[in-house]
Amino acid sequence: MANISLIPCGDFKTTYAADTTIFPTVTSRNFAILGVLILLVFPAFMDRYWLNLCIQIGYLGIAALGLNILVGFTGQISIGHAAFFGFGAFASAWLSNSFAIPVALAIPLAGVMTTAVGMLFGVPAARLKGLYLAIATLAAQYILQDFFARADWFTGGTAGTIAEPFSLFGFAFDTDERFFYVVLVYMVVMYILATNLMRTRDGRALVAVRDHYLSAEIMGINLTKYRTMSFGISAFYAGIGGALYAHYLQFVSVEGFTILFSIQFLGMIIIGGLGSIMGSLMGTAFMVLLPEVMQAITTALSGTAIDAALNLKDAIAFLREMAIGLVIILFLVFEPDGLAHRWKQIKAYWKLYPFAH
Amino acid sequence: MTLLFQLLVNGLIVGALYGVVAMSFVLIYKASRIVNFAQGEFLLIGAWTCWWLLTHWQLPFWIGFPITLAFMLIFGVVLQIVVLRPMIGEPIISVIMVTIGLSIFFQAMMKWMFGVFAKPFPPIFGSPTMSVFGLEVQTVYVMSLAISLLIMAGFGWFFKYSRMGLAMRATAFDQQVAQSLGISVRQMFAMSWAISAMVSAVAGVTVGVVNGVSSALSFFGIKVFPAVILGGLDSVAGAVLGGLIVGVLENLAHYVDSQWLNWGNMYEIAPFYVLIVILMIKPYGLFGTKDIERV
Repeated sequence: MANISLIPCGDFKTTYAADTTIFPTVTSRNFAILGVLILLVFPAFMDRYWLNLCIQIGYLGIAALGLNILVGFTGQISIGHAAFFGFGAFASAWLSNSFAIPVALAIPLAGVMTTAVGMLFGVPAARLKGLYLAIATLAAQYILQDFFARADWFTGGTAGTIAEPFSLFGFAFDTDERFFYVVLVYMVVMYILATNLMRTRDGRALVAVRDHYLSAEIMGINLTKYRTMSFGISAFYAGIGGALYAHYLQFVSVEGFTILFSIQFLGMIIIGGLGSIMGSLMGTAFMVLLPEVMQAITTALSGTAIDAALNLKDAIAFLREMAIGLVIILFLVFEPDGLAHRWKQIKAYWKLYPFAH
Repeated sequence: MTLLFQLLVNGLIVGALYGVVAMSFVLIYKASRIVNFAQGEFLLIGAWTCWWLLTHWQLPFWIGFPITLAFMLIFGVVLQIVVLRPMIGEPIISVIMVTIGLSIFFQAMMKWMFGVFAKPFPPIFGSPTMSVFGLEVQTVYVMSLAISLLIMAGFGWFFKYSRMGLAMRATAFDQQVAQSLGISVRQMFAMSWAISAMVSAVAGVTVGVVNGVSSALSFFGIKVFPAVILGGLDSVAGAVLGGLIVGVLENLAHYVDSQWLNWGNMYEIAPFYVLIVILMIKPYGLFGTKDIERV
């Protein structure tokens, strides 16, 4: 069973190992490895513009994956993810500036610090669910945002803070070409971690909490523990993503981490697919590319009647926000399972190709 | 001392408006169990519509205002039918996300159509200030308090005596029973959105007249959460009380801050600390129905 190269028709497994394997076939594993290898040679061919987009997809994708573990796998909604992302960014910059901790170490430490803060706001999460939790995290968003503006020692206040570039053994990853590899390594590691988490008892417990929390409790799952844990994991991912963001831009300002950014994270996982690990990445790519596509359309339309009527150049910022809102609504109404589901359907179509019914 | 008194009066006036918005929020929640994150955008849309009618078309207030209300009524119904009806039966996260999507969509649209800067309403009252108990108070503030009280009384009458209000309460209580008594639950859902949008628009216009119309209005939709959680999510009376408490509380926090602490920004942020505390110790609020289950 372990060495087949194509998925057989039907779903027949005789061992748990076969059921929980990451790659169902050798081909799919080889394709995944090939994908990473292609990404490794990316910087040699791509210009700065595309590299910048890829790096954005990388660090936002890590944070979005964390949110997906919380929302998609555990069924707890959070509207304060951008605040945790921002906290990670500031924490990493603060650690490396104030304590001269090397950046390579400061990033995971920032993740741990963000986890602690996430747990703090996750204490209500242990008692609350559904919309009450949504409202609690909304409060967390505003409180943390206020904290960023207030805590001069931590964030540099309104002036913002400077973050050291990432460096390892004296080699500075300070250009897009070099930082691309840092983000790639982090992304691969974090995605493998998440995939493996979902294969363990803890991962299955999270899914059980989402699907029916009463049954889960009867089966011996400690709801409080797993809800808080999920909150912590999600904050950890957000912290790592934020720290990468800080060391990429090498400057963190207090203004960026608004509720709109939080909603964008939610949009990413909804578009990608709730409860799908690769979906988080697809959704992030969609959300990052959406403004670029809109920009391209605006450029293509410049000078035409539509441009004159709508005054596109000035309106583009608002049109982007509108597009984000609209995309979230349309996906929820027409494709609630997101791009991951679409991808599965495409695969299923080709699996049965000539005889698709 | 005068400052404290002034702030308390301000708190009551703003709190009454919070109460009105919270009431219309609770109305939707009670009828259709939807948490509406786009409540603030109702204020925004209502205020901009009225502003547009008054400045662009030069209509007098007493014509422009009813047109605004009629528009909001239709807007609420259409929104419910087009966007929220397909979401019936979906998990709560999806429904919350749809209203969040609506919120940022409309907020951006209003910014796009009317710009980002606050625009003042044309003057509506002859004398800008009047004296109440020896305090100089702006006429619009007094009017806003009066309007808030009027709306609250109207809500009380509506739910207690009118046919539709009773039908709405029945729907909120038990949808199946309501249906078997010949109440169209779909109509009730649509009407709850329509009334909510309309009442929010009244609050929006009132705030717009006082402070000018800008996208800051939609922050009312966020401030409403501390109020409704404090009062209990499904209690209309609780919403009013919660709104008043939040209004007074943020002004008190501002006073304490400006006199002793000097932290800044307490006015904005204090309600959220209160929100977290309430959620920790009494998540169903003062008057909310307690879900009986051990979590």
